[in-house]
Formats: sequence, structure tokens, C-alpha cells
Amino acid sequence: MENTAIGNVWVFIEQEGGKIADVSLELVCKGRELADQLGVKVEALLLGDKIEHCCATLFQYGCDNVFLVEDPRLEPFTVLPFAKVIVDLIREHRPNILMFGATMKGRELAPRVASEKLAGLTADCTDLRIDDFDDQRNGKYYKNKLMQIRPAFGGNIIATIVNTWDDPQMVTVREGVMKMGEPDASRAGTVTRVTPALTAQEMVVKVIERVRQEKTVNLKGAQIIVAGGYGVGSAANFKLIHDLAKTLGGQVGASRAAVDAGWIDHDHQVGQTGVTVRPKLYIACGISGSVQHRAGMAESKKIIAINTDPAAPIFSVAHYGIIGDLNQVIPMMIKAYKSKA
Amino acid sequence: MSCTILVFVKQVPDTKNVTGDAMKPDGTINRQALPAIFNPEDLNALELALQLKDRYGAKVIVATMGLPAAAGILRDSLFRGADETVLLTDRALGGSDTLATSFALSRLAKKVGHFDLVLCGRQAIDGDTAQVGPQIAEKLGIPQISYVQEVQELGDGKIRAKRAIEGGYEVLEAPLPALLTVVDANQPRPQNASRIIKYKKAKTPSEIAAAKGAPATDEEIAALSAKGLLIKEWNAAYCVPQDEFNRLGKAGSPTNVKHILSVVLTAGNFQEVAPTQEAVGNLVHELIEDHTLG
Repeated sequence: MENTAIGNVWVFIEQEGGKIADVSLELVCKGRELADQLGVKVEALLLGDKIEHCCATLFQYGCDNVFLVEDPRLEPFTVLPFAKVIVDLIREHRPNILMFGATMKGRELAPRVASEKLAGLTADCTDLRIDDFDDQRNGKYYKNKLMQIRPAFGGNIIATIVNTWDDPQMVTVREGVMKMGEPDASRAGTVTRVTPALTAQEMVVKVIERVRQEKTVNLKGAQIIVAGGYGVGSAANFKLIHDLAKTLGGQVGASRAAVDAGWIDHDHQVGQTGVTVRPKLYIACGISGSVQHRAGMAESKKIIAINTDPAAPIFSVAHYGIIGDLNQVIPMMIKAYKSKA
Repeated sequence: MSCTILVFVKQVPDTKNVTGDAMKPDGTINRQALPAIFNPEDLNALELALQLKDRYGAKVIVATMGLPAAAGILRDSLFRGADETVLLTDRALGGSDTLATSFALSRLAKKVGHFDLVLCGRQAIDGDTAQVGPQIAEKLGIPQISYVQEVQELGDGKIRAKRAIEGGYEVLEAPLPALLTVVDANQPRPQNASRIIKYKKAKTPSEIAAAKGAPATDEEIAALSAKGLLIKEWNAAYCVPQDEFNRLGKAGSPTNVKHILSVVLTAGNFQEVAPTQEAVGNLVHELIEDHTLG
């Protein structure tokens, strides 16, 4: 490849037991959009062992090529060998953009790769766009750079970050932020098999024990979400949220404050550091509505906010606002639904 | 065994508790008005270091990069049990992104010399990136264990730690030296009363100078150091060779902030529903009618 040519858009594919993470497919779809704008290809980095079957899925979501790296030493995931393989591939192929899911794996792997490659990395982007960057400070003009948009400073500002060093422009993105398109079975692509150049140096961290369960909560697919925040007051009182969700046939969501307080598991968290959702109906109960939380639910079709504080920011995105005590309002809703449905 | 643990900490604006004073009339935030605090997960990292000191015996060195005022969290670390403290402060470090920050901190670590473990909080609440820990590990060429909840064993040149993964946990073993990023899984000990009495007199040379209105003399610094009350204050040139200065601050940062949009809270355009059975019932009815519910 010529050095002057613009590099491709790469997506790191996260998989567990041969099952691709949703966030990776969402990024393939976003990558397709960016690559079409730039006139380049979308390529996937698929690392693990016995995972060739994943390639077909990646093509259906829009990948042109998959770098398939299979080796028993790449299971289970550990940072050092993954970073080595990815840095080697970057040096050989010079991608323009490299995206990771902002998962626990992505957030420990991407910085290690960026550090070694001396590349800029922006965490938890909520939007990505292609635009020119006029760097007036240094008198340089960059065409077609990746605009990396993210909240910072506790969500009190939204920053647009541009990476002006050599390739690649690296970002992480949370699950659910980008929309997953429909798979197209007629799409095909190429597989580039890669033999990893791993040494003992990358294999020094040993996995002694590993215990994990698949997520039992599917917030992203839910049509109705009833979410509780710090205003719920206690773990015991979260029962009200569960009751309303069950009555309406919905799922239970939560704000970070409620999760941090230990009232509900992190799998239920909606927002910048949780899942981004777009249900038909989102009922926010006792949630003040930080920017991070709103970033994760503001695109819901209908939003009902229940809060005792009329100044709570959640009301800025609500379609219906009930200024009142959730302990009284939720039973009213349950009663009304049961009598009318 | 006797080991040396280096803990990196950061002073951050308290972004979680934005009160009325910190809001400007236009609805944007006045960053200067936010109180500066010890980054919460860095306190968890310090606590883990102090627990290891209690269990195995260790020297705990706490270091930070920041403005001169960041000496405050180093004194706080001394109050809780740290043995030594280092402040890296220099105008040349201004505007550092995570890559430039991790580079400077890795050079600080090399200047410290020998260490067995480096501990960092998982992430700081001003940026929430969680990048600096892994990047320091890469710069030092040492393995990392992220999201550590507890250390199970330390000794024989290795560490075994339990860490969080999505949907569960892992126990990982790594050779020393290693870097750990620590999550909020312990209860940081409070400041110790007798240590407060002793270490409230701990100062950086700049603080001595500010107090007396003239530069601190070598004798004053030596006297403070002899009593264990010196907060070391290093500049960039002390840690970083001249030919690596282009990797510091703005020059060493690949990411540029193109645009900052202050989040302005606008009044919502929502339909207000009274908290009464009748009004709530009408709302539920409306949602059933338009097939949102049911």
C-alpha cells in the first residue's frame, strides 16, 4: 500500500466464546458509514481461537475484509498479546481510523495500543463525524478528519476532539450509542489470515481463574423501560420500579447514582457509562438527569419524568413531567394501567 | 519481603457535586469555582497500597502531576499513611492529554528508581477516560492488571489479584514490577489524627517560599527532609531529558480540542401532569390509545 493513500476504517471485534459483542457490530455499521464517506474499506480485527465462523456475520453487517487471527494463546482475552497483534497489524497496514467498544476489555486494551503506537485516543465518544479541521494555532489545515465528540468534566461540557498525529485516529464508543443496521446476507468480503508473532514476553500474565455469566438484562431491545435513580431512596424501594416495569411489560433501568449506591446491578445502567437505549417509552423515576444519563436515553420516543424537584434536568428532555413523589405516583400508574388495559 | 509501591494520584475538580456557586448566569459551569478533591478511585489505590504495607511491609510513595496546589492531596496521603510524596509540576506539562501525561508519569517513575508495584485509580472523574494507567504500564514496559478489587498474594516476584470483568471476575497473576488500576472495592481509611499533627507541617519548597516570601534555602529543605516533612517537588527537566521535551504538554499530545460546548440546561417543553390519580390515569389512557403501552 502506498503511504500517501488514505488508510481504511478498522473495528476491533470483541467476542466471547465465538459470540460477537453487539457493540462491535454497531461499530461495523458506523464504520461502514464513515468508510463510504471517505471512499475506503471497513476492516475488522478478529482475534481469538476457533472463531472463523464470525467472519460471515461481519460481512453481513458491512465489513469488506476481516483480519482473522486465530491462536490458542489469544483465549481467554488478555491485554498484552492482543495489544502486540494489533500494533503489528497497524504498523503493517496503516489504518486511518481504529474503533473499539468502550467495554471493560476495550478500555484496557485501546490505551495500551495507543500508547505504543503514539496515537491519540478519545474515550467514550457519543458521536463521530468526518469534517475538516482548521488548526489555526499551528497554521495547518487537515481534510477529512474524524470529529470525536464526547462529554467531559462530569458531563458539564461536550468536547469535539481531533487527532492530528499520524494514523490511526483511535476512539472507544459505548454499547448502544451507534445504531446497529440490518444484516444483509448478500454481502460478502475477504478473509486475511494473520499468524500472530507472539513471544514469551507477551504471555507473562496468567489467568488463574475466570468466572463469568452472560448478561441477563436486555435493555437495548426493550420497548418499555422503567428506570430508577437516587430519588428511589433505597434498595428495598427499588421494588416499586420492578413492579411498574412488570406491570407494563418493560425492563428495569437505572441511573449511575442508583448503581453506585448498590441498589441495582450495573447491567441495568443507562447512560454514557452504561447502555444507550431508544425505547418507545422511558419512565424516569427519581432520576435527576445528568448529561451522561440523558445521553443514554434522550432519543426515547416518549419520556415520562417523575421527580419532586421541578428544576431537575431530566425535565429538559421529558415529554411528560410529573412533579411529585414517585412513592405515590408509581402506585397510581399501576392502578390506572391495571384498570384500563 | 520489603517492597516499594508507587501510587499515582490526581487532584480533580469535584464534578459530581456541582452546586449553585459553580453555575454561571448563562447556565454553564464555572470550572474554577468547583472545589478540588482527591480523585475518588485514587483513594482506593492508596488504600490498597496501605493494606499491602500492613500485610507485607512496604514503602508507599505517592506521586502526582499537577499545579502546585496539588500538594494538598499529597499531604492528605501522608495523613493516611504514605511514606514519601512527590509533586511533578511544570508549565511545560500544561495541556497534556493522556498520552503526554502517561509519558511524564513514566519518567517520574524511572526517576524514583526501584519500584515493585505501581497503583492507579481506574479513572479520574474529570475526564473518565481510564487511559493513563494502561498507558503508564506500556511506557514502563510492564504488565497491567486493570479493575483490581483485591490482591490475593504478593511475593516471590509476582502478584496475584482478583479483578472485575464484564459479568464476573478473573484472578490474574503477573510478574513484578506490574501496574494495577484499582476500582472502588475497598473503604479508604480516614486520616490518622496523630499523623495529621505530624504531617500538617509537610511542605513543598514552593510552599516554604510562599510562606516566607523568599526562595527556600538548601538548609531549610534539608532540615525538612531530615524530619520526613519534605514533599518533593520536581520539575520536568529533573525527570525528562531535554531531547524528550517534545513529548510533554501540548506538543506531546496527539489529541486537540477543536470545540467545547458548555452544556446549557434549557427549560423543558414538557406537558405537566399533576400527581393525582385522575391525571396519571388520563396519561396512562393516552399512552394505551396511541399504542405506546399495551
